[in-house]
Amino acid sequence: MIARHPLLRRVLEAVATLLGVAVLVFVMLRAIPGDQVTASLGTEAAALTPAQRAALEAYYGLDQPLPAQFLSWLAAVATGNLGMSQRSGQSVLEMTAAALPITLELAVLSLVIGLVLGVAAAMLSASRPDSARDAAGQAVGLAGLSVPAFLLGSALLALSARFLGYNPNAEQFAALTADPWLHLQQLLMPAIVLGFGLAAPIMRTARSALLEVRSQDYVRTARGKGVGPRRLALRHVLPGALVPIVTMTGLQFGYLLGGAVVVEQIFSVPGIGRQVLLGIQQKEYAVVQSTVLVIALTFVLVNLGTDLLYRVIDPRVRAS
Amino acid sequence: MTATITTTGLPAAGRRGLVRRTLGSRSGAVGAVLVGVVVLGALAATLGLLPDPLAQAPAQRLSAPSAAHWFGTDQFGRDVFARSTAGAAASLSIALVAVAIAAVAGTAAGVAAGYFRGWSDRSVLGVTNVLFAFPPLLLALALASAFTRTWLTVAVAIAIVYTPIFVRVARGPVLSLREADFVRATTVLGFSPLRTLARHVLPNIAPIVIVQVTLSLSWAVLTEASLSFLGLGAPPPAPSLGAMVLEARVLVNVAWWTMAAPGAVIVALVVGLNLLGDGLRDALDPRNGSGR
Repeated sequence: MIARHPLLRRVLEAVATLLGVAVLVFVMLRAIPGDQVTASLGTEAAALTPAQRAALEAYYGLDQPLPAQFLSWLAAVATGNLGMSQRSGQSVLEMTAAALPITLELAVLSLVIGLVLGVAAAMLSASRPDSARDAAGQAVGLAGLSVPAFLLGSALLALSARFLGYNPNAEQFAALTADPWLHLQQLLMPAIVLGFGLAAPIMRTARSALLEVRSQDYVRTARGKGVGPRRLALRHVLPGALVPIVTMTGLQFGYLLGGAVVVEQIFSVPGIGRQVLLGIQQKEYAVVQSTVLVIALTFVLVNLGTDLLYRVIDPRVRAS
Repeated sequence: MTATITTTGLPAAGRRGLVRRTLGSRSGAVGAVLVGVVVLGALAATLGLLPDPLAQAPAQRLSAPSAAHWFGTDQFGRDVFARSTAGAAASLSIALVAVAIAAVAGTAAGVAAGYFRGWSDRSVLGVTNVLFAFPPLLLALALASAFTRTWLTVAVAIAIVYTPIFVRVARGPVLSLREADFVRATTVLGFSPLRTLARHVLPNIAPIVIVQVTLSLSWAVLTEASLSFLGLGAPPPAPSLGAMVLEARVLVNVAWWTMAAPGAVIVALVVGLNLLGDGLRDALDPRNGSGR
């Protein structure tokens, strides 16, 4: 082993994983029925003479052996050439640069909602285990785990449009700089849907962590000193339970990126998830290939970041 | 999302005690009832005991729930109860096939990696890491779009997404089991590795795998429904719960039951599977003498 240092090894591991991700994405998109020629010409591709077809295949590089195609694609990606959309003529890099910040914004908003909802439900539950309160908190957790985002989103959109006459997502999506107030309203409902799903695992983790911390000596000491119940819960118990809560939240980032596909579709939010789905529907190979790669890259980097953060926060991780 | 437990080996009470303890706990009993009801409906639909889910009756379009149509009818006058149960049957069979593939492939790979270590461990972990690098739903989406769509390819796409979870669940305990005296003794006695794994290692990780199967089933049902909502599930006209919710989006204002019925079926099934998984986990955990 060259890399003895755990940190360096973790980074090398991430690079190797990314290479594997690139291979998988490449193979998946080669497996799609049809190819770039049929995708760009549609049914007219059937009218091509064999010579015309061969010329087009050479143009797209489809006559090269697969490893060569992979390497040239990888080299292009590494230099920021993510290909372009055949329909709009826009480069995928530009499209991604516009869409990714919206999805990240949605993710952050959902995280805040999920954390507030999940931790509040957990504190309610853990404050009196096996009571009606506990059952209510746990029911929220179970609902978050079991109600799919597409159902909650569709129902929420229909209900608020019907009974409140409120549907900001019916309007054209507003950029943050153009109309910040409308922009925020348009992101709110999708963020509530994602946040609700996120609250469930956070609630479950937080509840058991809080119950464990509550039984520790320092909490008993604080209670003995006469610390009030509210201050005890917020200043003594909650901080002690933060590490598992933060870990669980980090682990859920993948759920957010996957769920973004669903809620962005329902609420017409032009984020990265919608870009993938549109690419799949319109058979835009370059768009799907590069966007999936960008999402996986984001996910790997977030995981790496969380890992490194722990080495900073928790000395025990650093030692191992 | 990845729930793991530290149990090794079935407790002395044995399998019959396990079923009794699972159903004896509140969550296990409620879960079993919910799953049982949905499975009964799905079976009735599969055996043809219900109206044809594809039969159209334009005269009765969008009629509200009644004695004739328990869950009402949709925009083509098709019976929503028949469609929901047929959709549940489709969801359940795709989820079952997907989880069966994932459990067998993932457990086998995880056991081999943990027991043999070395290059097999490194390559299995490498592939697992790559699959874990994708958000689950996105990977299912990309895989489902890569194949020609049939219900089997949807099941395979979901199976690929959930295989690494079984690798992880199986590998961990095997790492410590291979060092256990009773496993090392089999090597001394000259047993073949295959016999050791089948007779001495697998039975000890079975409980964890069983709990994981139950929990994975609930995620697989959700994933299948999400895929069909996004238009990447099994192809129409076969009824599917996700696609029903999608169609209901434009109908829900005039016919709430078109969304409520398939939605309720999905939620009942997933809540039930989650509760059943919780009950099973508690029943298998030796730290809980009686379960909760």
